[in-house]
Amino acid sequence: MVAVNDNIAVKCSGVTKTYGTGDARVTALRGVELEVRAGELMMLVGPSGCGKTTLISVIAGILEQDEGECRLFGHDLKHMPQRQRTRYRGKTVGFVFQAFNLLPTLTAAENVAVPLLVNGVSRRDAMDQARAELKKVSLDDRWNSLPSQLSGGQQQRVAIARALVHDPKLIVCDEPTSSLDHQTGHRVMELMRDVAMDEGRSLIIVTHDARIFEFADRIAKMDDGQIEKVVDSPKEL
Amino acid sequence: MNYVALRMLVGDRLKYIALVAGVAFAALLITQQSSIFNGFAQQTGAWIRDTAVADLWVMDEQVQFSEDFKRMPDTALGRVRGIEGVAWAVPMYKSYVACRLPDGTLVQVRVIGLDDTTLAGGPPEMVEGELGDLRRDRAVLMNIDQAGGDLRLGRGKGRPLRVGDHISLNDNNAVVVGSYRATREFFWDPVLYTTYSRALSWAPRERKSLTYVLVKVAQGHAHADVARRIEQVTGLAAHTNVEFERKTMWELITRTGILVNFGVTIALGFVIGVLVAGQTFYTFVLDNVRHFAALKAMGTSDGTILRMLCIQVVTVAGIGYGLGLGAACVTGALFARGGLAFQMSWEIPVCGALAVLACCLAAGFLGMLRVLRIEPAVVFKG
Repeated sequence: MVAVNDNIAVKCSGVTKTYGTGDARVTALRGVELEVRAGELMMLVGPSGCGKTTLISVIAGILEQDEGECRLFGHDLKHMPQRQRTRYRGKTVGFVFQAFNLLPTLTAAENVAVPLLVNGVSRRDAMDQARAELKKVSLDDRWNSLPSQLSGGQQQRVAIARALVHDPKLIVCDEPTSSLDHQTGHRVMELMRDVAMDEGRSLIIVTHDARIFEFADRIAKMDDGQIEKVVDSPKEL
Repeated sequence: MNYVALRMLVGDRLKYIALVAGVAFAALLITQQSSIFNGFAQQTGAWIRDTAVADLWVMDEQVQFSEDFKRMPDTALGRVRGIEGVAWAVPMYKSYVACRLPDGTLVQVRVIGLDDTTLAGGPPEMVEGELGDLRRDRAVLMNIDQAGGDLRLGRGKGRPLRVGDHISLNDNNAVVVGSYRATREFFWDPVLYTTYSRALSWAPRERKSLTYVLVKVAQGHAHADVARRIEQVTGLAAHTNVEFERKTMWELITRTGILVNFGVTIALGFVIGVLVAGQTFYTFVLDNVRHFAALKAMGTSDGTILRMLCIQVVTVAGIGYGLGLGAACVTGALFARGGLAFQMSWEIPVCGALAVLACCLAAGFLGMLRVLRIEPAVVFKG
């Protein structure tokens, strides 16, 4: 029986992760303690190499920590059988990547439909839902365009639609605005807040971009593999 | 996800075409060369199949193939006829003879002498005249296809040899009384049929004159049993049609180096297929590693990823093989018009398909290993 606190989306306790061996050994996470509330937009900030990306990888269940516990909606993904973990991740987590990672040979709608296809939805239903999701991000007129025919901002909106289409409870974003100019980045964040911040859905955004800190409910500052502090306002950083 | 796999494959047109072309080229090489090899192999036994009036061939034990003329004493015929299980046995003579065409053109021909009484072992299909016309004075039958080929007058530049033409065989007059059609043979020298006694009179004098004895096995006796009995009693070799055909085929294939040459070509087809298709497919996978990692991060299982890769491999193999096989058939039809041996028996497309699929799967295997080892976390690395 999993003890679930409805208000807590993610709870990490003493999470440690090390890469490499011997002289090449690098400790990316050193006993991270973090809580992300349900319905919260949390930003993870900090200098390059401080462990932000490693932490969201552990939280999303695509990387196993060496020590400590990380629970996602009460589930300890590390001790879940891999097949079950993959399936759980497919249903529960949406991803927005820094480089968008859209499949270049698929149209915008087909890219958005991928998480639904992964979860076993029929192609016709998946395409219908994908087009509806593209409408939410104001790209319904570009559903048949290939990624190469879209601007950077449009590609990121497609990626956001893809992250949302299967209605996940958690969305993790890795530097979602780093490839975009300030204005486009700002618009993307507004979109994330308006569309993604559904009731109960949590967002974790890794970013360097101080200009988007204002969108965060809370900001966790990381340094040297640890959470240095968690603040409510950028001014407190 | 099958749809996604196919879109990933065909979306990159250049790579897709390169992949399919590589497989098609390999398939073309494999099936075409195998068919030519098969065609040659079938041609080696064509005369034996065409002469399948009898059940057994009796010959000197040192004979290695159908054109290896090592003669037996005439008394062998009588001894064979006396063996239990032999319904009838007839002599056959076969030898090379110098032939002068009406205009003086000299060609080397093979003369086959049939039993004077029965004319058993004659050509399979008469075109002009009848087999019985061989009983006419100095009569020979010519192959209609060779009449316009090696038997053409003017050293190959004049008119074809015709029925009614007078020719000279070892300075003995002969007349063409008919023509026949036979399966194309591996050997290219023209063949003329005549009677046994006439062939002997035209051939150079030898102490032994009998080339083959054709034997019909009596009802109720097994061919193999009668053959072994003939061998035991006479010390000669006795083969069924199939045995003699295989013996001839194997001897010619090994003696002429055809097996080695075609084996090398077919192996080269495999290697080229593996290298071209393998390298292109592996590059295709490498280019898509990031996307596969993203798919894994989004919840695609390893099993599904493997299935996607298999679908891509099978699709490329299927389309490439189809194109290669089609090209092999087209070139085969064109070559066949020019007289090249090309025979695609059903085993060739089936074995070729398995071989090409194995090539593609082997090539795809490396890519699959790479994809399975990807940590989905790489998608977060900028």
